[in-house]
Order: sequence, then structure tokens, then C-alpha cells
Amino acid sequence: MKMSLDDQSITGRLHIDLPLLTGLFVLCGIGLMVLYSASGQDNEVVIRQASRMVMALLFMFVVAQFSPDQIARWSLWLYLFGLLLLVAVLVVGEIGKGAQRWLDIGIFRFQPSEIMKLAVPMVIAWYLSDKSLPPATGRVMVACGLIIIPVLLIAKQPDLGTSLLVTAAGFSILFIAGMRWRLLLTLALMAAISAPIIWYSMHDYQKQRVITFLDPGQDPLGAGYHIIQSKIAIGSGGIYGKGWLNGTQSHLEFLPERSTDFIFAVFCEEYGLMGVILLMCIYMFIIIRGVYITVNAQQTYGRLLAGALILTFFVYILVNMGMVTGQLPVVGVPLPLVSLGGTSMVTLMVAFGILMAIHTHRRFLSF
Amino acid sequence: MNGSTQKSYYPVRWWLLLTLFTLAMSVLLWRAADLQLLNNDFLRNHGDARSVRVVTIPAHRGVITDRNGEPLAMSTPVHSVWATPRKVLEYPGQLASLAELLGISEKELVQSLKDRIGRDFVYLKRHIDPDLANQVNALNLSGVYLQREYRRYYPAGEVTAHIIGFTNVDDNGQEGLELAYDAWLQGVPGAKRVLKDRLGRVVENIESIRAPEPGKALSLSIDQRVQYLAYRELKAAVQYHQARGGSLVMLDTKTGEVMAMVGQPSYNPNNRNNLKGEYYRNRTVTDVFEPGSTLKPFTIAAALESGQYLPSTTIDTRPGYFRVGGHTIRDIHDYGVIDVTTVIKKSSNVGASKIALSLEPKALWEILSKVGFGQPSGSAFPGESSGSLTSYNNWSEVEHATIAFGYGLSMTPLQLAQAYAVLAAGGIMIPVSFTRLSDPAAGVRVISASVARQVCEMLETVVQDHGTGGRAAVRGYRVAGKTGTVHKSSAGGYSEDRYLSLFAGMAPASDPRIAMVVVIDEPGGSEHFGGQVAAPVFSRVMAGALRLLNIAPDDIPAFSSQVMASTVSPDHTEGLQ
Repeated sequence: MKMSLDDQSITGRLHIDLPLLTGLFVLCGIGLMVLYSASGQDNEVVIRQASRMVMALLFMFVVAQFSPDQIARWSLWLYLFGLLLLVAVLVVGEIGKGAQRWLDIGIFRFQPSEIMKLAVPMVIAWYLSDKSLPPATGRVMVACGLIIIPVLLIAKQPDLGTSLLVTAAGFSILFIAGMRWRLLLTLALMAAISAPIIWYSMHDYQKQRVITFLDPGQDPLGAGYHIIQSKIAIGSGGIYGKGWLNGTQSHLEFLPERSTDFIFAVFCEEYGLMGVILLMCIYMFIIIRGVYITVNAQQTYGRLLAGALILTFFVYILVNMGMVTGQLPVVGVPLPLVSLGGTSMVTLMVAFGILMAIHTHRRFLSF
Repeated sequence: MNGSTQKSYYPVRWWLLLTLFTLAMSVLLWRAADLQLLNNDFLRNHGDARSVRVVTIPAHRGVITDRNGEPLAMSTPVHSVWATPRKVLEYPGQLASLAELLGISEKELVQSLKDRIGRDFVYLKRHIDPDLANQVNALNLSGVYLQREYRRYYPAGEVTAHIIGFTNVDDNGQEGLELAYDAWLQGVPGAKRVLKDRLGRVVENIESIRAPEPGKALSLSIDQRVQYLAYRELKAAVQYHQARGGSLVMLDTKTGEVMAMVGQPSYNPNNRNNLKGEYYRNRTVTDVFEPGSTLKPFTIAAALESGQYLPSTTIDTRPGYFRVGGHTIRDIHDYGVIDVTTVIKKSSNVGASKIALSLEPKALWEILSKVGFGQPSGSAFPGESSGSLTSYNNWSEVEHATIAFGYGLSMTPLQLAQAYAVLAAGGIMIPVSFTRLSDPAAGVRVISASVARQVCEMLETVVQDHGTGGRAAVRGYRVAGKTGTVHKSSAGGYSEDRYLSLFAGMAPASDPRIAMVVVIDEPGGSEHFGGQVAAPVFSRVMAGALRLLNIAPDDIPAFSSQVMASTVSPDHTEGLQ
């Protein structure tokens, strides 16, 4: 039992996966460094973000102590609780930046849609792992229902970015659970047909984002401003970048949302192409480690969930980078662990805690 | 829980996903490389185009000094506070302390910011002093910035306000010599390339394109000490006599330089809030008046020049009045048969008119016009008036007679002072200058030296016993001058009870150095004669100026006996200061 020897180590007993943790630490470090620059060298912002990171790491550590079985048992309850909160936010939620996403629960404000990023893959994994795979068509339909209900509630807020991520998380499970190709193609076709319907049900600002995405030059001072400024910032970085704290476009406030969704542009301007390659390598390292954990998972639930979480993480990166470099519409997805913000940080760290739990609790099943 | 022993369900799908990951990452990387390498120059230029700006550096405006180098107008660096309302209002907690520093209520500040929420640049307060600027800076508020500018300060304040004028908030001359010499004082603004952020704050100086050329200094002809003295005495007289206003001009008769020029009422050029435009006017060059009796010396000069008269030639002024073309010209008393000198000494209108009528109109007109009446003085002072002197062709007999004692023509105090300077300089006309001259312009002879000399001697008698201007006398110096009490013209004729009290003269009479005109507009008290109202001002200012300018006394016997008297005479020590 090679594995059981590993688990006698300190990290094994603490249920920590050292390679994953190392990757996360490096990413957090880079995040704080870029944030210090993007915030105009505001120590206060950096300290607040660092304390959020510490809190999120604590969440991760706590979650990692539970076995996948326990986590599976919570899945449905967490999902139902999440749905309840999503309904609550539509009724009594706070409005910020034109959307109703926040729920104020005294101590802090909170985005219930973030719960769904975890709860949807958890509940689908729990539902599908109950029977043999690949899932029957009827079970796929139920799973689709489980995905679509929260996605619609989130899209109604409206929060296009999160609903996209939740959809990605849900369907990635169906995909890796072996959902039949024919069914997959049928669903894709249905999605293509419903595209015009979605278009007409979209808010004006969402439509505008898509139009702007297709041709940002059309409205350089208004809607296209984000993308053009972002491209200029990235382009002015060159191969080696302008150096830490030396980005002009970002520092001189030409770049909007430079601490949050568009922090990647600041990174590109200051570290250049070399920095981008390095950052992608770190992300790829984490993803590959996540895939390794998935492939080595010993339970169906664990494997499905781990696969979904790591795929969601990947979609996160892809959507944010694609949006900042002007290849995808601006949908408001942060760059994981680098962008300023607390809720998504906690969700991500809990997801990594689940991955660690899946990986470090394996030996108990082998005995 | 089944399937716990299965290693992997769908390896094909995982390989597919991994390929997809790699492909997507490659696309992203290619995109970044495209932006950063291929499109790089274009985007870098765009980046610079958004942040690199050429800005002007304000040039320091030249200092204005008096003839001794005392500063009268100088530019000091100040700051203006401006804000971006949208940013400031994000942190409402910071506004109370800012409002307190700027001296406005917080409510007012918030309201004015809210009203301009759409703008990126709003002045909160311009030209605050450095101490306040430091305090604002120390608050370190987001969205509130300081901008460096220059502000003009006038140390002498209202004393030099009329002659120097002022600049506007953007440092351009608006009035007075600030306007006349604007190009000289202004200098050339420089330019530099800077890095600016989206809100226009300069964050880095990249390079200097052109250094600003500071404006040139301007050295005025006035002497600040004399100017202060003149201002104080004029103001005291205007207040004492409850007059509407007054003006005083002092010229250096040798060089044509203006030694002092003051007006009443004046204003504080450093704080021009709520001021009416009429205060800005430099009355000594813009306001015209009829000179009255102060013109008589020039009528006499014309008479002497004609060769028909000598100072001792007699004129019959009985019975104290005579009729010309339906009008009656009167003297205050019947002076009987008097000589030309006495016409000046007693200021006989009848005598002056009779002399004038015996002269060719052209001869009289020529003298008046040559000493500068009806002509621009050439000083180029903004808003200067040239007065009026109608051509002799159009003179009726009445006009011919009244011009002789100063009615029917008008002039500014400066023109009258310049004309007296001609007499003082022995008949030579020298252009007026507001700036200090190292090399005075050569004059033009307009009256023969002997005639000028004779008129000056007559003017001395005015200040002596039984003359009308005895109170203009200065101890130790021989003073020559002429009083004037002018009925102000009003709609439909001359006013019976509104006067202009004048005294024009020069000293020391043996070799005049200073010519001076004092005008008191509408004295409201019981006194209104030039000899009562204007002459004492003349005496005090002249006495002080002669001493300050270190001019030797020319009346030594009288002086030595009066030096002792002056030690016990409080009213005179005050005048001398």
C-alpha cells in the first residue's frame, strides 16, 4: 500500500495535497502582488484581500477534513438551501451595479449564486453516482432540470458570468459521466435553436455586451471602452512587460475594473508575454494536478465531482482571459485567486478543499 | 456506492478534454502574443496617445517696481483646488473637513458637487495661500487635487491701484499699466511632455520641450514714498472736505517722468470682490474737467509771446465785469487798473478775457495746443482721454473770451500737469513717461524761455502774501502755482454750488524740479476755493516730496527763520513727515 505510506506524512494526516497547495500559494502570492500594483499601491486593499485568502484557506482546510461520503450526504441539502437563497435574493436582495445579487446577512454581504457553483456539481454527482454509468436518458433529463433551475434563477438576477459557470460545472459532469454522444448533440442542437429566444430575453446591457464584443470599435467611448483599453494595456506590455508598478494604462486609471475582472490586463502590461506564459503554466499545473486527482479518485461521486470542479476552474480562467483579451464577451467572471473579491475566493478554496478531501481520504476505502 | 474499484470510465473523453484545454490555452497565448508582439507598436502608440500630453508651464509674470526697486506688483505661486465630483462623492465622510478648510458649509459643497456630477474637472476654490494648500493636501482626499498657478499681489494696495491696475485670474493685464505693458510683463509660457492619468493629473514629467521665459521686470517712474504721501494727503483732504473724489499728479519737470499719480476713491486691487467698475478708473488720465483759472498762465504766455504785452502792461478791469456777446464776465472784486502780473496774482477773469480778446484767436489756440491741450499725451495709458480744444476757426467771441480763463475746453489732470511742466522747464515740452528713464527724451521748445520765465515769476506771486494761493507755500522753497475754482458744468449750464477746486504749480521756483496738479471734486463743506481746498494738499505733498527727493531749498533766509517755527507747528510737521 504505497498510498497509505504517503498518508502517514504530515500533509497526509492533515488531508492536504501538497502540490495543489503549493500551486495555490504561488497563485495567491502573484495575486497579491498584482493587486498591490492595480490598486495604486493601496496597502489596505492588499491586507483585506490577504485576510480573505487566509479565511478561504481555512475553509479549504476544514472541508478537506471531511470524507467524500460525508460531502455526498450534504449535496442535496446544500443544493436546496442554495435554491432557497436564490429565491430570497430575488425577493429581498440588495442591488449592486444594476443587478440583484447580494444578500445581506448582518455580518457580511453574500452572493448565493456562488453556492451554486459548488452545489450544482455536487448534487449532479450525487444523483448520477447513485446508479450505474453511463446515465440513462431519463436521468440525464432530471440532471438537466437540476442544472437549469438555478441557472435561470441566477440569469434572472442578472448574472451572466455565474450562470455560465454553473452551467459549465453541471454539464461537465454529464460529459465525464459518459452521457451518450447522441444525447449530447441533441442538447447542443436545442441550445442552438434556443439562442434567439435567449437573445430576446436578455437585458439591454447584456445585448450591448455581445454587440460590443463582436465589434468593439463601434463605440470606443462607451461600451467598447473596456475591451479597447484592456487590449491596449495588454499590447503595451510587449515581451517582458513594463515591470511591476510601472503599467501606465492601468495605473493612470484608463483601465476600468483593473483590480477585479480586468486584473489580467494589468498583469499583461507589467509582466509582458513572459509573465503570461508563466501564469498559464501555474494554472496548467493546478489543472493537471486536479485531473490527476480526478483520474485517481476511487469513488464515482468523488471522480465526477472532482472532474466537474477542475473543469469549472478551467472555464473560469478561459472565460476571464478570453474576455480580457477581447475574444469573449464581457460577462463579469473574475480571474481565479488573482482578482480582488471575497466570495469567489471562498468558493474556489472550498472546491480545492473538496479535491483534497477526495484525494486524501482514499486509503480508508481501500482498507 | 458502486464502481469503487473502477479506475477510469471514459479515457477518450478525458483525452478529449485535455486536448481541448491545451488548445484553448494555446489560443489564449497566441492571442496575447498577437497583442503583445505583432500588434504591439500600434497598441503602444495608442497607450501613449492616451497618457502622454504636452502641457504649458505658466511663465512667471514680471515684477513691477517703483523707481527705487520697491516691489509694487509681484506674482507669487499659489494653488487652486479642483475636484472630480463623482470621485469625491464616493467618500462623503471626508467632505466636512474639506468644507471647513475652504470656508463653506458642507451642505453647500455637497450640493455644488452634485450639480456638476457629470464633469471631471470642477474648481472648488482658486488661488488659496500656501498654508491652506498644505492643509488641503494633508487631508489626502480622493478626487481632490491642487493645481499650481500664479497670483498677482500688490503690496502697496490701494495706493498704487489706479496707476498699476490689475490682472485677471488667468494672469492677463486688465487695467492700468498691467494692461499697457502686458506683453512686456507676460513672458512666454513653456511646454513640457508629461504623463497624465485619466483624470488629468500629472503623474510624471517626461521631458521639457521649452523652458518658460519669465516676463520682464518693469521699473516705474513713481517713487513709492512720494506716492504714499500723495495718497495719504489726498485721501485726508477728500474726507475732510466731504468731496466726491480727487486726483493728484506729480511730474518730474526735467525728465517728464510721473513721480506720483493717485486718485480718490481708490480700491484694494488684492481683493476686488463686489467692486463697481467706476472705482477702477484712473481719474488722472480718464476724467476731463474745465481747468478754470489754472489756464490763465497760458493765456498770459500767449499774450507775452505776441509781443503786445509785458508783465507790467496795465489792463483796466473796472467795474469788475464786462459784457461780451450778450454774456457778462465777472471778477469777485473790482480790481481796478492792474498789470498783467496782478491779473494772475488776483486771478482776474475780466483781465484775462480782455487780454485774450486783444490777441489773434490763432495765437492763443497755438499756445494751448502746443502745451498739449486737446492732444493725446502719448503716454499710452489705457483709457486715456485727450480732452477737447475746439479749433480757433469756430470760436465765437464769447468762447474766445471764456477760454482765456479756462471755460469751453477740457483736459485731464495729467495734461494740465504736463502743461505746467512746460512752463517749469523753461518752455520745453517733454513726453510723459510712466517708466523710469535712464535717458530722458529730448524735449521740444513750445514757449520761448524768457516768456516761460516771466510766467513762472508771476505764478510765484500767487503763493505770496495777498495772492489767492498763499496756503500752497512750502517753507524754505519758492513755490509757483495757480489756484482754480471751477463751476462744474451740468445739464443746461454751470452749476451754482458744485465746484472743482484746483491747484497747479511747481517748485522750487528758482529751478523747478516738480510740477504738480491737485484736483478736489465737489468739496461738500463750507470751503470750495482752490486756494482753500487744493492748495494745502499741494503744500503738504510738495513739502514732503522735495525733502524725500533731496532737493535743495532755494529760499534760505525764509527757511532758516521758519525752521524754528516748524518745530512748534504741529500741522506742518505732519505734512512733512
